[in-house]
Amino acid sequence: MRPFEYQRAAATTDAAAACADGATIIAGGTNLLDLMKLDVMRPERLIDITRLDLRAMTDADGGLRIGALVTNSDLAADMRVRRDWPVLAQALLAGASGQLRNKATTGGNLLQRTRCYYFQDTAMPCNKRDPGSGCQAIGGATRLHAILGSSDSCIATHPSDMAVAMTMLDAGVQIVGKGDRARTVPLRDFYCLPGDTPHIETVLEPGDLITAVILPPPSAGRQTYRKVRDRASYAFALVSVAARIEVVDNRIAGADLAFGGIAPRPWHDPAACDLLLGEAPSPALFSRAADVLLADATAQDGNAFKIPLLRRTLIATLTDLCRETPQ
Amino acid sequence: MTVHHKMDEPDRRNRLDAMVQGIVGTGMDRPDGPDKVTGRATYAHDGQIDGMLHGVMVRSTVAKGRLESMDATAVEALPGVRRVLHGDRFLRNPAQGTANEAPVQGSDDIAYFGQPIALVVADTFEQARHGAQMLHVLYSALLANVTPDGATAEKPEAKQSSTGDLDAAMDAAAHTVDQTYTTPGHNSAAMEPHAAIATWEGDALTVRAACQMLKYNVNELADALGIAPDRVRILSPFVGGGFGSKLGISPETVAAALAARTLERPVAVALSRQQVFEATMRRSETHQRIRLAADAGGRLTGIGHEALVSNLEDEEFSEPVTQATAFLYGGENRVIGHRIARVNRTCAGSVRAPGEAVGVTALEIAMDELAVASGIDPVELRRRNIPDLDPSDDRPFSSHMLRAVLDDAAAAFGWDTPPQGDKRQGEWLKGRGMSSAARVNTIGKSSARVTLNPDGTALVETDMTDIGTGTYAILNQIVAEMLGLPPERVQSRLGDSDLPASAGSGGSWGASSAGSSVFLACEKIRQNIAALCSCEEEALTLKDGTAISDNRQRALTDVLAGTTIVAVGQIEPGKTKKAVRQATFGAFFAEVAINAVTGETRLRRMHGSFAAGRILNAKTARSQCLGGMTFGIGMALTEELIHDPRDGHIVNRDLAEYHLPVNADVPQLTVNLLDERDPWANPIQSKGIGELGICGAGAAIINAIHDATGIRVRDLPATLDKLLPGLEDIDAR
Repeated sequence: MRPFEYQRAAATTDAAAACADGATIIAGGTNLLDLMKLDVMRPERLIDITRLDLRAMTDADGGLRIGALVTNSDLAADMRVRRDWPVLAQALLAGASGQLRNKATTGGNLLQRTRCYYFQDTAMPCNKRDPGSGCQAIGGATRLHAILGSSDSCIATHPSDMAVAMTMLDAGVQIVGKGDRARTVPLRDFYCLPGDTPHIETVLEPGDLITAVILPPPSAGRQTYRKVRDRASYAFALVSVAARIEVVDNRIAGADLAFGGIAPRPWHDPAACDLLLGEAPSPALFSRAADVLLADATAQDGNAFKIPLLRRTLIATLTDLCRETPQ
Repeated sequence: MTVHHKMDEPDRRNRLDAMVQGIVGTGMDRPDGPDKVTGRATYAHDGQIDGMLHGVMVRSTVAKGRLESMDATAVEALPGVRRVLHGDRFLRNPAQGTANEAPVQGSDDIAYFGQPIALVVADTFEQARHGAQMLHVLYSALLANVTPDGATAEKPEAKQSSTGDLDAAMDAAAHTVDQTYTTPGHNSAAMEPHAAIATWEGDALTVRAACQMLKYNVNELADALGIAPDRVRILSPFVGGGFGSKLGISPETVAAALAARTLERPVAVALSRQQVFEATMRRSETHQRIRLAADAGGRLTGIGHEALVSNLEDEEFSEPVTQATAFLYGGENRVIGHRIARVNRTCAGSVRAPGEAVGVTALEIAMDELAVASGIDPVELRRRNIPDLDPSDDRPFSSHMLRAVLDDAAAAFGWDTPPQGDKRQGEWLKGRGMSSAARVNTIGKSSARVTLNPDGTALVETDMTDIGTGTYAILNQIVAEMLGLPPERVQSRLGDSDLPASAGSGGSWGASSAGSSVFLACEKIRQNIAALCSCEEEALTLKDGTAISDNRQRALTDVLAGTTIVAVGQIEPGKTKKAVRQATFGAFFAEVAINAVTGETRLRRMHGSFAAGRILNAKTARSQCLGGMTFGIGMALTEELIHDPRDGHIVNRDLAEYHLPVNADVPQLTVNLLDERDPWANPIQSKGIGELGICGAGAAIINAIHDATGIRVRDLPATLDKLLPGLEDIDAR
């Protein structure tokens, strides 16, 4: 860990200004501190935003405004979330451990870094950590790695469960930028694909601060988060599916899907959702959705199993959501 | 007053059974428990000393080569950094168990990625870590061999054996199995990372260290430093788990001592979790070909077990995969093979029951395959193959409890009443499986001093360690039993190399070895008390702090009348080691559910029954078995050291990605301990139970997966990707 300066922000504008000046935001620190100890992240200045008033969960035109500092624990336990957006509570509880969720914040969770073994080891070339140095994951151990959206420069995955549920829910990210300028970016547009610039992970500009995540009003139908991993708890997703399905008169009237563990960002494929609309639910239909979803999938030696795994998990998840009575 | 006993004859006196305090064998709480859960127990790195410096090790980032230069000057200019050290005395490899001399030294010749090559010492840990991360190193890299290759592997003559004609037995057999099983590398993953704090006073060195076997560790450290062993003292009063990884000294101990000598200040060095993975022992991956030949009744006529393992050049240790195959089952035609591939990977050594953990597991999967092939119930198949004599050399067994544990475990699990109804519940496929457990038993030379004070309290002193196993409890219990004292009046001082030398903790021999030495000392003290009571030792009854003889009961303090009695007991292995085959046995039964969509396996319940001679403490023995079974779950389902195919480095070098089973992976586990006395083992008739619980445990789970799905996983662990291709197609196109 390199020496660094530490400051507390008294106001959002302080934080944004410090950020514009090159400081790195720290909130729960559950990811940043680990990466600093590993010398993977080397901030020279930290600006601590935990004193800011960003811990509220408030109604937002029928939706929910979640302050950036709301902890994962509090968000998962919130009665409105559990009632109206249960997929989000499920996703949160599928991630990390109780202790980590008590510290981890909503904004920080969105910005957590990849678990790619090679990103986490400074002895390894990594285009994300050290642009232009190469990708050592390609040709290496790739169990955690992407089958969609990757590039020759980077095959890392985004590790968040929460963000997958929020992507499915079409959440918006509220950002305050330079000069106190506020804007909301749909989460589905928030993350960048690696291309040849895998070190650029989001649309955030220097000086931008996430202040809240906005959930739109609840949608009809049933929703669920299904996470498949290498042990029963405390492991990152090999694949995960966040899904909402509304069935009316045996026709799918609404469908939203997002996927984790398979791509550099929470994966959303509008074509796979659109294909379901107006159709009668059936395994054959869900297979076609999986075909569309996986049309461009590419695998390494170590993660080829994710293609059949995702297909099977998607079909089973949708089948379950479309049952008359849930199993 | 020293009493020495060599184990040349079986001891059938069962003296502990003649005692009446009634504390040995009970599930007495650990006396050290409250200190441990309240943070008062001082582990190696807890013993911080005023003015001490901190060292952080730097690793090699090439798999083979030579360290040409490092910019030590730049790092030494950083705030707080005192010195960058490296050189010929630094350890290249950690020491193997009972090595008793320095392991391979010299940090400049690089044999594996992750090898410690330097130590950065600074005023604070953070400054030292920063310095270590900033150290720029130049190597001349050489072509490394990072993948075990059977074609060029060594085949030591002494490790091959063959009896009869296995090929002919296979040809003639009614049922055969000929399969290859693979297990990945494992890390001990003890909770406490390896750490040491070294202090010199003149030419005398004291190191607080995380060590399992102080007697050997002192010699290893002294040899590594080039000083006399009597100048070295190691303190390890508490060890946060070892599982083999702390049998021998590891690099931080020598580095701390060298730095403390150079800088004339105490120096602490703790390995990071990543360094524990890279620079302490790994269990070798194994490649095991197993052949079984059986007649129509399932009686084995042949067993072949040929293993390929790996290690660094210069290392004698190789995972003794076939250790229990020699004696577990009969069969007149036998082949044992052992090959060692030389690789540039982290040093391979003892990890959680070396040999049997992986060897019995593979053999027990093969036995399940034979049960399926022959249509014989797997429990019955094993019963039919229990040998009367050790099939490798016709020696008698000291005791043979396999049939008893199979019967007990089958009854406890309900094996004979299979569940009714559909094997499938929703998405979940249910299955049951079983396996046998076996582990060799041994003792090591071990001494302890017991002092009976005039106030009727007693003190045990030995360099024996408690690595979380319950040594403090069992030694106190033995003394309390033998001297008739309430256990709270007995105290044990452990983990100080200045105390009488014990066998240490490892190879499941600690409790029997140290326990026997304490027993012998107590026998001597009893003779002294008997003399004070003017009776024979056999006629003396000691209970609750009183001495009873000739129908007279007196307070022990009155009998002692101000006398302190001190005795040193020393046990040594003798002729019983070779005269008989000594082993412990067990049986595992498991019920699993496999998700038919994803291939995820969930263990539903698991039972183990074990026989390991006299059980000294029912609670700590059970805990050992629960731990072993939990590691068995890890071996079957989750644990795997992943090596990069290009440079051999361990990529999953933390507890997030090296998947030990977590609470959610471990369902209700039940344990039965069968009471037994093994007179050949030692004077307290106990045998090692520390590792038995893992030896074959994973096979019960793998066999249950087969029962549930029809899929035979032969490449462990059974992660979901290995099950997916065999699961029913759910794609209804």
